[in-house]
Amino acid sequence: MASGAGEWSAEQIDDYETLISTTDVVLLKRAWRNEKASPEILPFEEALVKRAKEQIQLMEETVDDFAESGHDPLIASLYQMDLEGSIFAEILSSGSAAEGGLLILPIEKFMFHIWKMDTYRNRLSIEEEKFTERTVLSKLPDNYQSVLKQSIISEEDDMVPEPQLDTFVVAKCERATRPLYLDGSRQSASFDSRQFAILTSNKTITIHLAGMTTFKWCLEIYAFCATGHFKRN
Amino acid sequence: MAGQSDPHISLFSAEEVEFMAEDELIEIVPNMRMDPLNFICGDFGPFLPQIASQVPLWLAVALKKRGKCAIRPPQWMSVENLTRVLEGERESQGAFQVLPFHYVEISRLLFDHAREDIPDMYMVRSLIEDIRDVRIHKVETSLEKFSGTSAVKIPNLSAMEVNIIRPFVGRALQAFYKHDNPEKIPDVDRASSAQTRAANNEPRRQLRR
Repeated sequence: MASGAGEWSAEQIDDYETLISTTDVVLLKRAWRNEKASPEILPFEEALVKRAKEQIQLMEETVDDFAESGHDPLIASLYQMDLEGSIFAEILSSGSAAEGGLLILPIEKFMFHIWKMDTYRNRLSIEEEKFTERTVLSKLPDNYQSVLKQSIISEEDDMVPEPQLDTFVVAKCERATRPLYLDGSRQSASFDSRQFAILTSNKTITIHLAGMTTFKWCLEIYAFCATGHFKRN
Repeated sequence: MAGQSDPHISLFSAEEVEFMAEDELIEIVPNMRMDPLNFICGDFGPFLPQIASQVPLWLAVALKKRGKCAIRPPQWMSVENLTRVLEGERESQGAFQVLPFHYVEISRLLFDHAREDIPDMYMVRSLIEDIRDVRIHKVETSLEKFSGTSAVKIPNLSAMEVNIIRPFVGRALQAFYKHDNPEKIPDVDRASSAQTRAANNEPRRQLRR
């Protein structure tokens, strides 16, 4: 076993151990945190939310069985707590309006911008897309049917508040990065895994934040959105 | 638009940060026998009397509340270690000592629910409060040294500390950035008011002397 492990770098072993020990609940919480802290809408994690929903459904059945079979009430209550925590994480991260998700707030704030940009629109879940249709499109009076223009006399899209993406984010690095050229090419900085990096989310960084597949060097975003501050309630 | 965000409201509430911390593993010593628990958040147990076991913090607290276990405080929570950390924090102005990412939340949950399991509880609590104060003060002092910059690195900052400083630091850096690069961020408010003044073509009001 030792010789096998010797072929792996310490970083790979760390990665592997992190992967096998990361449960969906952890991933859900991370998705919620990232979405809430990011200045822009991140891709909806459909597979993860679907998987979590199935697990929750199975667990609900198990908990019901416990109650009916007169199982040890201690064990039943512990499973119930696990279930409630998972449901809460799922609701937070799925953000769908139907389930009272909290992430509908950023969607609502920049609704028209998201609607206008295919890239962002594609990141919405089906429920979220339905939500934007219901809340916005159905309420507009006849003369103001366009979601992009203030009225029928507007010649260009003049009703689209856009999120401020050129803002600062706090990111916790997953592993050491190569030097990143921030803010054009004036200065470069590299980060190690213990560091919190507070970065301008300029275009270079936004690419990293936007696609989860390229989201390699940031473990989590702890963003400040100086101008797009997402608040609960 | 910047005026809409409230600098006093953190992005995450203290409860939300605590919710994140509850997945951290901690060692318990059960006083009962229980089969393994196959949770959505992972598999834990089996539990045997006097045999230590690793569980998430929320489960440790739940069992503790029901009188089913003792919680073993983590090693970093010893008086010796915390005294060393506090000294280190005071000595080095630039760097932060290594503490768990959720040290504030973990210690608070243990103080609330497992005080009898923590040796020298009052000393430990006082040390952690001192460490928190020194670290926050250090963050504030280091903020004074910020200048026009596009990146700041802060090693070993904890979750609660990040949450506390986030709104202010974000706005401060944004302001620096804006003044350094006026062409990059259009100031919508100023642009629109300038337009209004030009359109009205009114003489400016004399400033009172």
